[in-house]
Amino acid sequence: MTLPLPFGPAGLDPAEVWSVSDLNQAARALLEQNLPPVWVRGEVTSFKSYASGHWYFTLQDGGAQVRCVMWRTWAQRAKGRPEEGAEVHAFGSPSLWEEKGEFRFTATVVLRSDQLGQQQQQLEATRAALARDGLLDPSRKRSLPRYASTLAVVTSLEGAVLHDIVTVARTRWPAVRILVLGARVQGADAVSELVRALRTVNRLDADVCIVGRGGGAREDLSAFNDEKVCRALAAVTIPTISAVGHESDISLCDLVADVRAATPSNAAELAVADQREVRAAVDALALRLAGGLSRRTRLLSERLARTADRLESEMEGVVRLHRHRLERIGAQLDALSPLGVLERGFAVPMSLEGRVLRRRDEFTPGLRYRLRVRDGDALARVEEA
Amino acid sequence: MADRPSLAEEVRALEEIVRRLEQEDVDLDAALKLFEEGIARLRRARETLAGAEQTVQSVLADASGTLRNTRVDL
Repeated sequence: MTLPLPFGPAGLDPAEVWSVSDLNQAARALLEQNLPPVWVRGEVTSFKSYASGHWYFTLQDGGAQVRCVMWRTWAQRAKGRPEEGAEVHAFGSPSLWEEKGEFRFTATVVLRSDQLGQQQQQLEATRAALARDGLLDPSRKRSLPRYASTLAVVTSLEGAVLHDIVTVARTRWPAVRILVLGARVQGADAVSELVRALRTVNRLDADVCIVGRGGGAREDLSAFNDEKVCRALAAVTIPTISAVGHESDISLCDLVADVRAATPSNAAELAVADQREVRAAVDALALRLAGGLSRRTRLLSERLARTADRLESEMEGVVRLHRHRLERIGAQLDALSPLGVLERGFAVPMSLEGRVLRRRDEFTPGLRYRLRVRDGDALARVEEA
Repeated sequence: MADRPSLAEEVRALEEIVRRLEQEDVDLDAALKLFEEGIARLRRARETLAGAEQTVQSVLADASGTLRNTRVDL
């Protein structure tokens, strides 16, 4: 008896066989690409903090559990380690630990749910205060300038945000002037530094202001939810763009700013016109300008041509009239001309010098003279007087 | 910057000139004047467009409130 094999008689193509690593790698990619970072609520159990600084724990609710890891970088920023059995909100990304083939939740923020409740209340209170003063009013929103030439950027001098904004802005408009107002965006000094930077914006001759987060934890929005920062942003006299939150969480600054950008690069795109587009628009205007004038001159030259036509036909009339008169006068002249007499058969005797011989005594015997007849002269001689 | 119109103003004015040339029955003198003005605005707009790349400056207000600019190298 032979065992049925899960492939056909042609045999197994080695290229179709996956290694365990291939499998786990593919599963991990699938997870990470399809599940965005999320907030997860659950109870902490099996918490362990290692000498390396990494935290390992399990989150569970009545029906399920998930193993979690929080790397040292993030664990260090936490306000305190979660207690066993505490209910927490954890922010992070689902992933797969390839070596063990285990489903993992990689947390970057863990907050006790009761603390979260307090933060939420604080946020709502600030939001209400801003709304009461009309700072969240959509009618307050200013539109962005069409062609900003100077950009004020309030953000951390470290991190990729500033770099992204500058790169995109310069690609679109190389001559854009960028003034950076550095401020820490998280930590104890963030609020005061952001407020100072935003106030300084009003002393600059800029066209538009971008407020960007960066160089900090993606989840720590607290400075941008601070009432003082929001009010300073609202007091900026030029149009503002916030590039603070991301798709899933919005800060109060995002609501106060005139425009909310999805990313720092997007903020730069919104702030600065694309030079190529503007160039094309200006070129199109140049064409229309030339076209507008030539249309104007074409109309005129058409009118001129029509006038000239009329003038010409009038001139022709005048010329015709004159030609008639000329012909008539010519006929009259003909009638009076001595040549007309010759036409009728008369002849005129003339001396060889061309003097008309009128009297008989001018005809001396032997005199040679000419006789003018209709078609020329004939030589003649006097035989006798 | 303040002593000459911004690019936005130049383009807006250009659009208005073109509109008038295309739509209104302006006489030739006026049309020529509009055209000349349009050419001048066009030239300035193109100059602005051809501006050179600027440095990135960091602005900081010191204790006395004076603004200090320093160049940022990215």
